[in-house]
Amino acid sequence: MNFWQKLLAVDRRVIFALVAVAVIIPFFLSFPIKITVSPPVQAVYDYIEKLPPGSLVMISCDYDPPSAPELQPMTETMLKHFFLKDLKVIILGLWPQGSVQANIALEVVMRDPILKAKNLKYGVDYVNLGFTAGNEFVIIRMGTDIHAAFPVDFNGTKIAELPLMQNVRNFDNIAFVFNVSAGYPGTYEWVIFGVDRYRFKLGAGNTAVQAPLVSPYVQSGQLIGLLGGMRGGAEYEEVSHYFGKATGFMRSQTFSHAVVIFFIIVGNLAYFMTRGKRT
Amino acid sequence: MKKILAFSFLALSLSPAFSQVPAPATQVQAFDTPNDAGRSITIEWQISIDDKDGVVTGYQVLRTEAPEGEYTKIADSPRGTDSYIDSSPENHKDYYYKVRAVTASGFSDSEPSTAVQAMGQWFNRKRLNALIAVLIISGAILYFIEKARSGKELYIRKIAGIEAVEEAVGRATEMGRKIVFIPGIQDMDNMQTIAGITILGHVARKAAEYEAKLEVPVSRALVMVACREVTKQAFTASGRPDAYKDDMVYYVTDDQFGYTAALDGLFVREKPAAIFMQGAFFAESLILAETGNYIGAIQIAGTAQPSQLPFFVAACDYTLIGEELFAASAYLSKDVKLLGSLKGQDVGKFFMMAAILVGVILASLGVYDLSRLFTVR
Amino acid sequence: MRREVPLIITAACGFIFIIQFFVPHPPLNRVQDVFNDWVNIIAGFAIVLGILNLLRVNLNKMSKKSKGWPYALFTILGLSAYVVIGLAFSGGRSFQNPGTAFYWVYINLFFPLNSTMFALLAFFVASASYRAFRARNKEATLLLIAATILMLGRVPLGEYLSGWLPSGWRLADLSDWIMDFPQTAGQRAIMMGIALGIISTSLRIILGIERTYLGGD
Repeated sequence: MNFWQKLLAVDRRVIFALVAVAVIIPFFLSFPIKITVSPPVQAVYDYIEKLPPGSLVMISCDYDPPSAPELQPMTETMLKHFFLKDLKVIILGLWPQGSVQANIALEVVMRDPILKAKNLKYGVDYVNLGFTAGNEFVIIRMGTDIHAAFPVDFNGTKIAELPLMQNVRNFDNIAFVFNVSAGYPGTYEWVIFGVDRYRFKLGAGNTAVQAPLVSPYVQSGQLIGLLGGMRGGAEYEEVSHYFGKATGFMRSQTFSHAVVIFFIIVGNLAYFMTRGKRT
Repeated sequence: MKKILAFSFLALSLSPAFSQVPAPATQVQAFDTPNDAGRSITIEWQISIDDKDGVVTGYQVLRTEAPEGEYTKIADSPRGTDSYIDSSPENHKDYYYKVRAVTASGFSDSEPSTAVQAMGQWFNRKRLNALIAVLIISGAILYFIEKARSGKELYIRKIAGIEAVEEAVGRATEMGRKIVFIPGIQDMDNMQTIAGITILGHVARKAAEYEAKLEVPVSRALVMVACREVTKQAFTASGRPDAYKDDMVYYVTDDQFGYTAALDGLFVREKPAAIFMQGAFFAESLILAETGNYIGAIQIAGTAQPSQLPFFVAACDYTLIGEELFAASAYLSKDVKLLGSLKGQDVGKFFMMAAILVGVILASLGVYDLSRLFTVR
Repeated sequence: MRREVPLIITAACGFIFIIQFFVPHPPLNRVQDVFNDWVNIIAGFAIVLGILNLLRVNLNKMSKKSKGWPYALFTILGLSAYVVIGLAFSGGRSFQNPGTAFYWVYINLFFPLNSTMFALLAFFVASASYRAFRARNKEATLLLIAATILMLGRVPLGEYLSGWLPSGWRLADLSDWIMDFPQTAGQRAIMMGIALGIISTSLRIILGIERTYLGGD
């Protein structure tokens, strides 16, 4: 086997090792990176900026731990944006671990000194409705009666007893819904069973793999905007200036993409150098 | 001085900002909210002329059940709004509405609406377009099923992934290694799972005929029950009921990556010769497909998750793309009725292509937005 | 009757669901909610079935000391530990709250283990790309070029490499164009085909023409 043939048959563990190095090394570096904000991300930011203080917003965390490294940063940034704009936040999850992930995000966000100073109260400024089984049927039920879909909150308290939820029966009073989604049920269900029926305003954050599936809805106007993957989270941090983990993780993503492209180039080079010999 | 003060006060009190009573909202209309289950009345009105100047701070919606009865407030609406949906009335009962324009220091009521009753509708007219589409497509499918039954030869193109099923099962038998069938990670309410299970039936029959070992690890308990039934029937139909064991089909976990870890472990330890991944998959698709590729198994995948198709195409030997997964059952069984339904699907596709072409032309000329006809509420 | 009863139930439920989509009048407006509740109840009990099967299969493996039996032991220990911790040591209804033992296991074991499995994708994407993105023919070359543009366009590296180009021609802009137009068009076409496939399969199941999922022909 010559050099090029050996390259074509390289053990995949060599590739894995180089990818690992590409992902880990940037954690020890801190160089500035340039993030250009794309129009779908800008659209979400602009819409939230226009909401008057006191408006009700909803965030549905439809993901679990595997997708959390990619989606948790955008959940944290979005919650921060909501609280800094003095919006009232209703949190829920259509996935069992979604509302737990939301609590984890809240813990991080509430450490911010500005938010600490606001002295936000659970039940008045924000609530976590927890999880209800039923996937898209939960969205349909919320459109008629949220109290029927979520009779108790994450802690087991009747939501009718929470001041924030007393005048909230359905989507009518909710100014904006943001869905953070890793699969099913997710943004697709929120668009088809939520926006199309009840006509509320919806923005979404998806994993990079799911984002292409959902991007047609931005074009059709069913979604106000879309944050796609880690890049979308980093763009939102850039536009809102609430810098968090996503911007830092983009360094690793940059290096790892470069490694993959390097291997693609090398692989094609080896392919062309050995093609004559094979035919 | 007193005269000046009095005159100033009079002038101020006449100015809109300090007027006690705003101009009322007008043309209040209340009607039963259409296309719903009832218990909903929509109230619309023309906003007060003082709304534009910022005098009116908001509106209150008032309701009574008797025309001369006392009106009670049922809702507040911010200024600028001209409609409200009352979701609390009882069906088949008369209600009357008024709209009260409110300022900081006064209010004025509109004329009352005429009597209105809430009621449910028997047909949601907003979905007429969906009904027509369903009738056209279903009609086409049923027509071609009937035509196929009458003996007409139907041409169906080759689907490489399905042709390779026998090859894969044969390979597993020759190598003395297992066949692993994964029916996706969703439950029985997902059509892809049902499509995967129908393919399992055919694969299980082939495995029974070839005396190959079959293993079906599943992610949902209900899917386990269905897969067991299908596999058992397949072995029985092949004349090998004794070869079927319940433990061929077993539950692993509902957790996506717990299931993936278990399958990866199975692949690396047992090194199956053939892996079928037919159903709904998400992020685990590439992990499974790459591991299968690494151990050298022949892999036939099929999914209707567009986001996972590229991973299967890149890592598997054969991939059933989207609707090919649903066509597989018809293809494998060669049942004329099932083949006829595929032809009906093609009519639906032709109808969509024609609509896209016409819509693009009309939109490019700025004549009409055809997408409005296809919006389902 | 063993085949006929399920077919009748399937047909009846199928038609009821189709009709209720077009008829908002009570009681049909409640059909989805009622059926959803029934499905949740059945799925809840089905989990018990699944867990019993899991225990049986793994205990069997352990007792026969089959190949890979230590993994079976680990599975049972993990399942039992998590259940016991959740039920007995985590404060009842609020077992998911921060501070409980269940939460500790979730943050320190479940979360990193699941994230690690998902993170394998990064490595597998690299090895799959190395193998799959070869310019074997025209279509493969097009795929290769699109993939390279997208990979560079989605990270700041693309902006450093192409920032000097006029707006609209930079890698990020080309990457957005690929996502907005060819990619979206392709996705929509596949989704339309899938929708038709689902309609056809559903119709066959409702009418009892397709019966393989029940077992047999």
